[in-house]
Amino acid sequence: MNKLIKAFAYTALGVAFATTAYAGENKALVINEEITIPTHAAAYEGSPLDELISGWEFRKAETQALQMDDFDNPAFIFIDKAKDEFAKVDGSEGKSCASCHEDVESFKGLRTELPRWNEAKGKMYAMENYINDCRTERMGADAWKWSKSKMTSMTALISLQSRGLPMAVKTDGPAAAAYEMGKALYYKRVGQLDMACSNCHEDNYGVMIRADNLSQGQTNGFPTYRLKNSKINSTHARFKGCMKNIRAEPYGQGSDEFTALELYVASRGNGLAVESPAVRN
Amino acid sequence: MNLTRRNALALGGAAIVVSLVPVNAAFAATDLTMADIAAFTGGADVTEGGIELTTPEIAENGNTVPIAFSAPGAKRVIILADGNPSPGVATFSFSEMAISEGSTRIRLATTQDVIVVAELADGTYTQVAKSVKVTIGGCGG
Amino acid sequence: MAKPRVKVPKTAAAGEVVTIKSLIDHKMDSGQAKDKEGNLIPRKIINAFSATFNGVEVMSVKLEPAISTNPYFKFSFKVPETGDLVFKWVDDDGTVTEKTKTITVE
Repeated sequence: MNKLIKAFAYTALGVAFATTAYAGENKALVINEEITIPTHAAAYEGSPLDELISGWEFRKAETQALQMDDFDNPAFIFIDKAKDEFAKVDGSEGKSCASCHEDVESFKGLRTELPRWNEAKGKMYAMENYINDCRTERMGADAWKWSKSKMTSMTALISLQSRGLPMAVKTDGPAAAAYEMGKALYYKRVGQLDMACSNCHEDNYGVMIRADNLSQGQTNGFPTYRLKNSKINSTHARFKGCMKNIRAEPYGQGSDEFTALELYVASRGNGLAVESPAVRN
Repeated sequence: MNLTRRNALALGGAAIVVSLVPVNAAFAATDLTMADIAAFTGGADVTEGGIELTTPEIAENGNTVPIAFSAPGAKRVIILADGNPSPGVATFSFSEMAISEGSTRIRLATTQDVIVVAELADGTYTQVAKSVKVTIGGCGG
Repeated sequence: MAKPRVKVPKTAAAGEVVTIKSLIDHKMDSGQAKDKEGNLIPRKIINAFSATFNGVEVMSVKLEPAISTNPYFKFSFKVPETGDLVFKWVDDDGTVTEKTKTITVE
């Protein structure tokens, strides 16, 4: 794209923000009339984006409002369920999550760091990996499926403890290889539509793709309740959905590829406040 | 008033007036909706107005469309989605303790009129209708 | 097992109008969607919701399949006295889910 066209595109984009993002009555994300969550953040050095913008800004006022009250946000029914599950003994060892992690609040901050390098296992770990290790190795219970309700409810509960804190995944040291792999995947054109993540979420955010307003594809709101399927969605499930939309063969949920992509996309939002569980389209 | 499309067009420059009068949906409503309204009212006449209906102008996702109504003095309220395969959405009943208003989230299959009919304390009926655009496509589906 | 959530003020003045919210997790299968094999998923919805205060019905709703997944209701009523507000959801399969909250009039 030449510079003139690009400048024009960004001007148009500014207009799109003016009409879609700020047209509603919700000028700022304030939850329960008390918790203000910044939905913009300055881009870190070397960021491909001029400014980091939460997906909340790209939604219509009615959808935004669903996230502005923890009662109106349907994800909280599942958070209630996860609280019960947290205290419930499961598996051969007679343990619950609470047997080791007395209070779920002890996970404050964890969401901002994941995925991260797990030295003992010698691989990148997402929150789902940690939960399943606890279940299989400490509790003697079955692993949960990556994006089934029990898992997404639990990741939502644990992520909620970091709400409002800025995303801060590490991309150097032992995480560097996964970061590079995720970055390569982000810019790689795939599928019958021959599209990369960047074509929508870097080149065209704020632009309508048919009836939908394209966001920056930030993950700070994940796991997120989506109106589309009326449930909590994991980051990997969303990646799968994107890949299917561009007629590509998705990687497996929990695969090294998707965890690397999760790290890279999370890093693009380093500095954006955690909103989990957000409400999105 | 029998507001047909032809009459509405004839009003031409008075289009603003037309939009202020809630679209007279009952006359444009499908047979299924008319049957549901008749079942609710027992065939009684239905006047316009007296109900405040809040809907998004454009729903982001037809799966979950927030709506709210306030029908002061109503004993019963029926919500109908004229463009759904089956128009019935919900019927509210209010006792004397309750305020005759409610909010819920509904499914709309396509762009259409949402119709609310209320039975007032004196046994008369009134209605209001609002058009909701439902967008489909894109990645939010 | 459906898990309901309700938002009810703990206290109120006599005659005060209070706003109540309710939410229950339920797929609300409309009977019109198909599964991956193309078979119709049979209808299974919450078909009735009600709130009763000290044994007297405050409001009730008859739900159709056009109510969204995880049904949500918000309503208001005048609290006459201290008492229990009992919420009730009825599933097509006959399952009844109840939840009770006490409102104390000060």
